[in-house]
Amino acid sequence: MHTKKSRNQVIPAIIFLLPGFALFFVFFLGPLLYSLRISFYNWNFAHVDRSVFVGFKNYIDQLKDPIFHRAVINTAVYTAITVIVKMVLGFIVANLLNQKLRGRTFLRVAYYLPVITSWVIVSLLFTYMFSGQGGLVNYFLKNVLHATSKNIMWLADPVLALVPVVLVDIWKGVGWTVIIFLAGLQTIPTELIEAAAVDGANNWERLIKIILPMMRGTLVFLLVVLILGGLNAYVPFQLITHGDPMDQTHSILTLMYRATFQRMDFGNGAAISYLLTLFVFILSFVQLKLLRKPAGE
Amino acid sequence: MKRSRIKINILSYILLLLGLFIVAIPLWYMVSTAFKPQTMIFELPPQIWPNPSTFNNFIKALTTDNFGLYFWNSTKVAVTATLLTVAVSSMLAFAFARLNFKFKEQLFYLLLLGMMVPPVMLIIPQFVISHWLKLYNSLWGLILVYVTMNISMQTFLLRGVFEDIPKDLEEAAMMDGGSPWMFFTRIVLPLSGPGLAVVVINSFLYSWEEYAWANVNIGDSANRTLPIAIALFQSAHLTQWGQVFAASLVALIPVVIIFIVFQRYFVQGISTTGIKG
Repeated sequence: MHTKKSRNQVIPAIIFLLPGFALFFVFFLGPLLYSLRISFYNWNFAHVDRSVFVGFKNYIDQLKDPIFHRAVINTAVYTAITVIVKMVLGFIVANLLNQKLRGRTFLRVAYYLPVITSWVIVSLLFTYMFSGQGGLVNYFLKNVLHATSKNIMWLADPVLALVPVVLVDIWKGVGWTVIIFLAGLQTIPTELIEAAAVDGANNWERLIKIILPMMRGTLVFLLVVLILGGLNAYVPFQLITHGDPMDQTHSILTLMYRATFQRMDFGNGAAISYLLTLFVFILSFVQLKLLRKPAGE
Repeated sequence: MKRSRIKINILSYILLLLGLFIVAIPLWYMVSTAFKPQTMIFELPPQIWPNPSTFNNFIKALTTDNFGLYFWNSTKVAVTATLLTVAVSSMLAFAFARLNFKFKEQLFYLLLLGMMVPPVMLIIPQFVISHWLKLYNSLWGLILVYVTMNISMQTFLLRGVFEDIPKDLEEAAMMDGGSPWMFFTRIVLPLSGPGLAVVVINSFLYSWEEYAWANVNIGDSANRTLPIAIALFQSAHLTQWGQVFAASLVALIPVVIIFIVFQRYFVQGISTTGIKG
């Protein structure tokens, strides 16, 4: 196969790759490695030459810090709840929309609207709806459901402040899981499901024995992407709770922001981001191992 | 059989409309608040539509605080970043899909690392590098980072699209003494409309709404983009929700236009990014 076309095309390749890889090295790979270096220093941003090498001190400081522990717990709880709820609701809605229904294009677009609304805007919107005095949610709980006799101060409480953060993520994110599940459902041949119905399988059996196994790829993809997204939550925490009260409601990345840009402690900020990255890599690896298709399938 | 089918349909509609209701409430609340006079911001029970309603929030939000400038900054950033992302990632994808060279797959996997590391994680070193390159406080600092954070995913997507273009077309183009560049610009790009549309959507939405990096890299108020301006406006005028949401609605107009124009590509984009059932 030594024809003209299969020869090494080094020069054209360099021309086509150069702009992209130049950016990739300067703004991605370089920073990624540079950040590792920063994390081992007591970094002096104004005078880099006065930075002091401190080894693993920044990492150890973080691992001992109760505020970091709290941020890890917040992030883990937030991720667990939002991922599970988005997967379940998304699956239900996708199955409902996967029928021949009148107006299903409209419904699909409507469910997708929160997805395209920007994070900053929806975070502010939920802050407003969860206002202690005169907020829509308190009105609903107090005057409509009579579930509480006085206004709940959502954002003043270290646990309750996470409620709007979790809900905004679910509200904004379900539309996306619906679309992904729909794409997955459409790859299942309808004959397969009809054949099972002829054989007397009920809806439940069809779900367990055909639909779920056929959607394995979609489920794995969603799980990986949603968990990654959850662990990297930033804007809703930053704009809804600001970490208040008393730094009890940080996510890992808002804590990184606080360390770096409010306390100007770049070394600790970089250590936090590397701890998160390390965890993300381990988790992705474990997930891929656990969820990989069994051999022979 | 037929009767149970109808029953399932009715149940489906009830559930879907219930979901729609929950999706709609916050959106409705945002729109109606934008038309409320300041005195009614915390008035309960909420009215379906504020009476009296007012355009004042829009007028105030748009005329004070340089909103026009921020809108223009966001437009410059999002349009430039989108064009550059399309250019750079389609060139990368072409090389990976259509050219032969050493270490091709290794370089591709290196690039895919960009899909695994979250953008916010990199803002510390990017902030340092931005100072070195004199990109701090500059819109180019935003544009170049946005392009970089997008190219991995978009190249991955376009490689699949470009690989589907038949070999015959390539041979025909090369037969007439054409260069790879001509094959790329005259055949591959014109045939990849829907794939490129998906790249346009993804990179425009990302650049239009990005908050974390813009918040760090822009210090001077004259270079703010909309997400920063809206968040700062809210923290400076804590209870002026009418103006906050009036500004937000105006900021959403370009996104909604893009969404309506390219709506059918959204789903297509998902199925071409390599997710299979």
